[in-house]
Amino acid sequence: MENLNLVLPEIFISLSIMFLLILGVFKKNSSKITFNLSLFTILITAIITLNETFSVSRETLFNESVVIDSMSSLMKIITLIGGFLVLVISSSYLKTFKIYNIEYPVLILSSILGMMVMISSNDLIVFYMGLELQSLALYVLATYNRDQLKSSEAGLKYFVLSALSSGLLLYGCSLVYGFSGSTNFDIISNQLNSNEYVLTFGIVFILVGLAFKISAVPFHMWAPDVYEGSPTTVTLFFTIVPKIAALTVFIRFLYVPFLNLIDQWQMIIIFLSIASMVFGAVAAIGQTNIKRLIAYSSIGHIGYTLAGLATASNEGIQSSIIYISIYVVMNLALFSCLLMLRRKDQYYENIEDLSGLSKNHPLLSLCLLVILFSLAGIPPLAGFFAKFYVFKAVLEQSMFFLAIVGLLSTVVAAFYYLRIIKIIYFDKEKDKYDTDHSLWLKFSLTVSTILILLYFIFPSQLIEVVSRINII
Amino acid sequence: MNFPILSSLILLPIVGALFLFFTKDKEGNNSTAKYVALFTTVVNFLISIYLWISFDQSTSSFQFVEDRVWIEGFINYKVGVDGISILFIILTTFITPICIISVNNSVKNRLRDFLIAILIMESFMIGVFCALDLVVFYLFFEAGLIPMFLIIGIWGGERRVYSAFKFFLYTLLGSVLMLVAIISIYWITGTTDVVQLYEIGIDVKYQNLLWLAFFSSFAVKTPMWPVHTWLPDAHVEAPTAGSVLLAAILLKMAGYGFIRFSLGLFPIASEVFTPLIYTLSVIAIIFTSLIALMQEDMKKLIAYSSVAHMGFVTLGIFTLQQQGIEGSIIQMISHGLVSAALFLTVGVVYDRMHSRLISTYGGLVSVIPKYSILFMLFALASLGLPGTSGFIGEFLILMGAFKDNFLVAVIASIGVILGAAYMLWLYKRVIFGKLINKDLKTILDLNRSEYFILSCLAAPILFFGFYPDPLINTIEVSVTDLINMHNTNIASK
Repeated sequence: MENLNLVLPEIFISLSIMFLLILGVFKKNSSKITFNLSLFTILITAIITLNETFSVSRETLFNESVVIDSMSSLMKIITLIGGFLVLVISSSYLKTFKIYNIEYPVLILSSILGMMVMISSNDLIVFYMGLELQSLALYVLATYNRDQLKSSEAGLKYFVLSALSSGLLLYGCSLVYGFSGSTNFDIISNQLNSNEYVLTFGIVFILVGLAFKISAVPFHMWAPDVYEGSPTTVTLFFTIVPKIAALTVFIRFLYVPFLNLIDQWQMIIIFLSIASMVFGAVAAIGQTNIKRLIAYSSIGHIGYTLAGLATASNEGIQSSIIYISIYVVMNLALFSCLLMLRRKDQYYENIEDLSGLSKNHPLLSLCLLVILFSLAGIPPLAGFFAKFYVFKAVLEQSMFFLAIVGLLSTVVAAFYYLRIIKIIYFDKEKDKYDTDHSLWLKFSLTVSTILILLYFIFPSQLIEVVSRINII
Repeated sequence: MNFPILSSLILLPIVGALFLFFTKDKEGNNSTAKYVALFTTVVNFLISIYLWISFDQSTSSFQFVEDRVWIEGFINYKVGVDGISILFIILTTFITPICIISVNNSVKNRLRDFLIAILIMESFMIGVFCALDLVVFYLFFEAGLIPMFLIIGIWGGERRVYSAFKFFLYTLLGSVLMLVAIISIYWITGTTDVVQLYEIGIDVKYQNLLWLAFFSSFAVKTPMWPVHTWLPDAHVEAPTAGSVLLAAILLKMAGYGFIRFSLGLFPIASEVFTPLIYTLSVIAIIFTSLIALMQEDMKKLIAYSSVAHMGFVTLGIFTLQQQGIEGSIIQMISHGLVSAALFLTVGVVYDRMHSRLISTYGGLVSVIPKYSILFMLFALASLGLPGTSGFIGEFLILMGAFKDNFLVAVIASIGVILGAAYMLWLYKRVIFGKLINKDLKTILDLNRSEYFILSCLAAPILFFGFYPDPLINTIEVSVTDLINMHNTNIASK
């Protein structure tokens, strides 16, 4: 008999989804209670997962198709916290657009469920199932503000391109299956040898599909449009939560089944990383819409995470995970600021709208200042440490070219972050924005900003948590 | 371990800034904010004086060392001072209160935020000078960009945005390569602790590249020709207090970095690259002096003179002679005082006339005599007249240079003459001549606070000009030891 306790978080969350759906159908005006219940669900799931972290080192289930280890637990917790915070700061935004419905929390929960399956997967089929579950929920979320043309366009675009990438991924999976005779990661790892010429195609297809999901250059085309068109809270969800899951899968693919084929994929990852870092930095310069800018900046940040993965060392993997965790906090803070730019039920999302913000909203601008400098990677803020660990791991492997290109592109990226700071601090002021924000929004902004600002005092804690992850 | 005096020096300004942050910002009546900031910095100055008094001049080892685990098994928060760094700390704590007193007229809006920026800047600068771990050094070195960017950008002149961006991106571009070098050093030697690195030494085959990476950062910050172009822009557009901080302290970070890191960690590479430094320094001295001659803007002229003076400093450091390095340190201290004073004197007339152009002025001596006398003193100190601190530094540097390389020394001496030329010509055009501009007739002489700060700066300039022993005694043992260490390293390889 399998130990079902290990998949209790997934079981709990799927039961809750069904219950919430039934509740939503039979009870009228149930959006508020669905919201609260789903928050509660995420919280409980997080607690169960946290409990697991301390009791399990590495366990497999269902013919070794699901794996529970320290990486999966940590990434699930980050996913759940991210999902919780996104949900909690969404409500006032959704109410403004009159889309405060039961579907929203249910969709978020299902995509989280999909991600949790992805994170734990140790099998091509399980992985693909999780991926599709999260993607289908995300397509609907992108079009969630269905009265707006841009939102529908974003959802459709996302659907078409993402389906294409899923197709590539599936094709890659089938090739790998064909050569190894199994869908299980561990068995594939033993069966594969680099002499198989066609196998490279399989790996490339899988990597391309995954690169699509984390929007690494040159498979990033969908990101700016989808990020711009989707409702802001959904964009926030897109920029943080699916990335965590996709990154974990990336790590699993590279370091479990394909570890022996490192010569084949290492150059690909280095290329993806350099291209994302450079392109993300350069393309963001000309943007006028903040959400589009964030899309490009997130492409750049994914480049840095991939740089850690390219090192083929535990240090590199750990640094990537640290990077993505700090990136989640920074993005959360940035979007909290964005959601505060509201004046009489209208949200503003152009960079111009930030003009002279520091005169009317000194505290908000101070937070933005900290966040933007942190995103630019200036010490002593958290963003610097994120980059620092990555480049430390990269240089350990003597990959000087990658490190130097990466650091030089931070200088280019610094330019567009500075441009926003310039607009906030040096330009003429505009009308005041509303200040009656929900408590949760203020809370998430304050906490994340303080975390970014004071991370340098206790940098060891995060490292300690992450250092338990030893894949290789 | 004793009382963590260095950490308190670093933290005190931040505490002051936090206090200011939580006080209400009343428009128009910001005197309380100013007094709080002034009080903090003066206390900091007193602590640093105490540090100097209790500093043991007879040893070259690091004193007041604090060593705490910061990132387990990787970085320690390690600070400490030796004879070289202590003077820079005192310079920092001395200049900052003067900046704060001087903001009277030049900063019109958001005085409280300005003071917070200056206080945070101070703590970062002190951190740079006492960091004994490369990563900690880098953190402070880079973090200083943020407040300076804001100081130039928010309170600067017309082209402030351009200047602030140029300053930030130039310096960042230089520094990222240093970060690569620092991490590489960690992987090569297994530590980033400077004291340990002095003992282990770094393998010769890596030294050249690492030296170049550090050089790229320090050269931009110094600034050396040809990467000096950010400096005139930043100086001209920054508010007076910002220019003072930039010229007096920020530029010294690089000179200090050259002595502490380039010489200390990469002795062989320093020897290899001496010709490069000599060439760039000599070009800086001659070329920027000539540029300074042609300037019409007073602040720009002083900015270019800073580049020339820093050329002397880099020249002196890489003579690798006792006199040369001592001269460079004294020249940096002296330039810190003199350039601060010159920017403040320009600030005085700028506040009254709102023009920095030399052609606006002329004949000031008959209307504002007190101002003219002090200006004369600072101009003469800048050109290195015997009896001022500027002379001691330049003289020692040239002495070191003559020992090492005759040709370079001769060319650098021509630079001294050019320095006299542009400074005296500036003085002549501003102070003497006929009073043509009618607005100047009603210009007011120094008020009490201006008089006070300028005298505060004049006193050490004259004192150390006549009696440089306190400075030389403080640095002597450390410099001797540095050179001995350098020579043994060269000899052993």
